[in-house]
Amino acid sequence: MNRHSILRVVAKLMIPYILLFALYVQFHGDFGPGGGFQAGVIFAAAFILYALIFGIENGRKVLPARINRIVMAGGVLLYCLVGLAGMFLGSEFLDYNVLGPTPVAGQHYGILLVELGVGLTVSSTMIAIFYVFAGQDI
Amino acid sequence: MNPADILIDIFLLLLMAAVAIAIVRSHLMFAVVMLSGIFSLLAAVLYVHLTAVDVAFTEAAVGAGVSTLLFLATLALTHVNVEEKHKPVRVVPLVIVVATGAMLTWGTLDMPHYGDPEAPANKHVAPRYIQESPKETGLPNMVTSVLASYRGYDTLGEVVVIFTAGVGVLVILGRGRRRWRPGVKDEDGDNLEEERA
Repeated sequence: MNRHSILRVVAKLMIPYILLFALYVQFHGDFGPGGGFQAGVIFAAAFILYALIFGIENGRKVLPARINRIVMAGGVLLYCLVGLAGMFLGSEFLDYNVLGPTPVAGQHYGILLVELGVGLTVSSTMIAIFYVFAGQDI
Repeated sequence: MNPADILIDIFLLLLMAAVAIAIVRSHLMFAVVMLSGIFSLLAAVLYVHLTAVDVAFTEAAVGAGVSTLLFLATLALTHVNVEEKHKPVRVVPLVIVVATGAMLTWGTLDMPHYGDPEAPANKHVAPRYIQESPKETGLPNMVTSVLASYRGYDTLGEVVVIFTAGVGVLVILGRGRRRWRPGVKDEDGDNLEEERA
């Protein structure tokens, strides 16, 4: 894609804003529409756009596939750990009320962390699938 | 619902039907991918109009965004274009499809109307979420509080499903580099020959 200068310039302009929007959707999902799932997909889309335009090899340099696979499992683990934290603090699995000084604060922490786990797993799964598809030399 | 809303719904559904027919009839794979993205975008607009903003968001991000990208990546890999001649319309499948569609539509006549406060779905736990969730979780977005807190188990299951899908793709298709050559190591430093065995 070296000759498509318009694509490259537009992508360079757009990618930071797509990433920023993904973060906004991730952390503002408690208040507006959105959440971890949508944010993860948007984040992955920005990354895939980068890899499509600037080459898979450059994409792999930004985010090595190995780290991506670790993040993929890390999101699920984060979700489970939040659930277990509720158990260890004397309540049930995935009960966030005990995570903070007040039940509402606990719910806030719990939902924020859980959504982060969802976002991490979703985005890295999408990127992993893209890496696998794009790496096939058939 | 006021008549203008119904008109908008009908217009969007007609557009979706037109795009679906175009997808079926097109033989150019690139056009099919683009049209399916447009189909998802129209569905997202329809969801916004039904005030299901979170669903619309997901549809736009997944249906129109990432799956279009993944389709494009697959196309770039396969270079396949279906070049079929127009076949004559087969009558039996057409009759079956039309009959099934008519039966499904007939079945919806018994369903409660859109937004009916007396509908079973709106009588069960929904009132409690509407009244208590802002106090219990402190979040203005009820969808998030239901998904992440009240239905935390379900969402955990969904995340595990996505993770499993990713693992499945990695297991079946390998880890992205399939040039098995003796002595060539991949980015992890693993010897590809060994992995194959």
